[in-house]
Amino acid sequence: MTTSPAAPALDTAFFTAWITRAAAAIEADRVRLTELDAAIGDGDHGTNLDRGFAGVMRVLDTTSPRTPATVLSLTGTTLISKVGGASGPLYGTAFRRAGSALGDTPETDLPGLAAALDAALAAIRKLGAARDGDKTMVDALAPAVAALNDAASKATPLLDALSAMVDAARAGAEATIPMQASKGRASYLGPRSIGHEDPGAASTVVILTALLDAAIAAASDGHSAASGGPTDGREEPSGD
Amino acid sequence: MTDQQNSGPAASAPVVGLVLVSHSARLAEGAAELARQLGGEAPVEPAGGLPEGGLGTSIELIEQAVRAADRGAGVVILADLGSAVLTVKLLLDDAADLPGPVVLADAPLVEGAVSAAVAAASGADLDAVRAAAEEARDFRKL
Repeated sequence: MTTSPAAPALDTAFFTAWITRAAAAIEADRVRLTELDAAIGDGDHGTNLDRGFAGVMRVLDTTSPRTPATVLSLTGTTLISKVGGASGPLYGTAFRRAGSALGDTPETDLPGLAAALDAALAAIRKLGAARDGDKTMVDALAPAVAALNDAASKATPLLDALSAMVDAARAGAEATIPMQASKGRASYLGPRSIGHEDPGAASTVVILTALLDAAIAAASDGHSAASGGPTDGREEPSGD
Repeated sequence: MTDQQNSGPAASAPVVGLVLVSHSARLAEGAAELARQLGGEAPVEPAGGLPEGGLGTSIELIEQAVRAADRGAGVVILADLGSAVLTVKLLLDDAADLPGPVVLADAPLVEGAVSAAVAAASGADLDAVRAAAEEARDFRKL
């Protein structure tokens, strides 16, 4: 039916590609994230996350995880261990809970991915106790997860759904600029925290953009969900 | 205050342990030093900074400190700010492999540590030691 590129399989290789892209994007944005944090936080967000994701890549390179859940769980555990700042436990628990939500399946689908990110959001809310509008990563992640779940409920094609998710995350992160922080170090600044984008919301955009980019790359590689096995790589016969 | 006193009356009942979590290793160690001096025999373990040095919070160091502070009567953790609090909460969420009951006190680090150490050394149980730490929030200085 759809003429969009073949939907990529959301399998272990895909989740590994997501995290690999996220690690590279965090490294590329390390200075920008740290500068955002220097404005209202303690100026270590990019450095901390980069250290964490570098550790994640070392772990993924040496362990060959067998399920999407294992990829996310290893990512979370390593971020908790290596980041050292508040984003470590927050992103760490998010990835671990997302992994738990996926269960043992070798491959998930859009509703499964949406449910996993729902679990990630719930974990961050529970641990950080941040509400919408507190000028935190929740302000980017919550609208992104809502957009993804909305798209999943309408059976939107994967790439469109992920694009909507990233758009919502970007808008959410931009909306943190006029907010006054009420969580974390920035909350000590009171009204002086207004006028700066929240670094946690900004890094959430980076990580979710990596998810979209991984899907686009996998789709253009013809890494198709329709392929049932390694030799069954042909697309289904196309009528058009 | 000698460590040898542990073999005396302490043989009757295990004492509650304390762990002090800070972004700064020196702050955690200094607060622990003060709490030990004023609190007597309660085990007080610092868990500050990152394993490789520098400011931050390490879940591994906190877990090690909890094990070191455990004497069989539970452990009360006090933390300074932000990631220190979040990391402890996360550790307690997945507490399956921690020894005995471990709780986080909603308390100021230095005053709470001294208050809790005194309570623990007097033989107070886990809830009472946590309460002692949390009551330190209300200590007026002027």
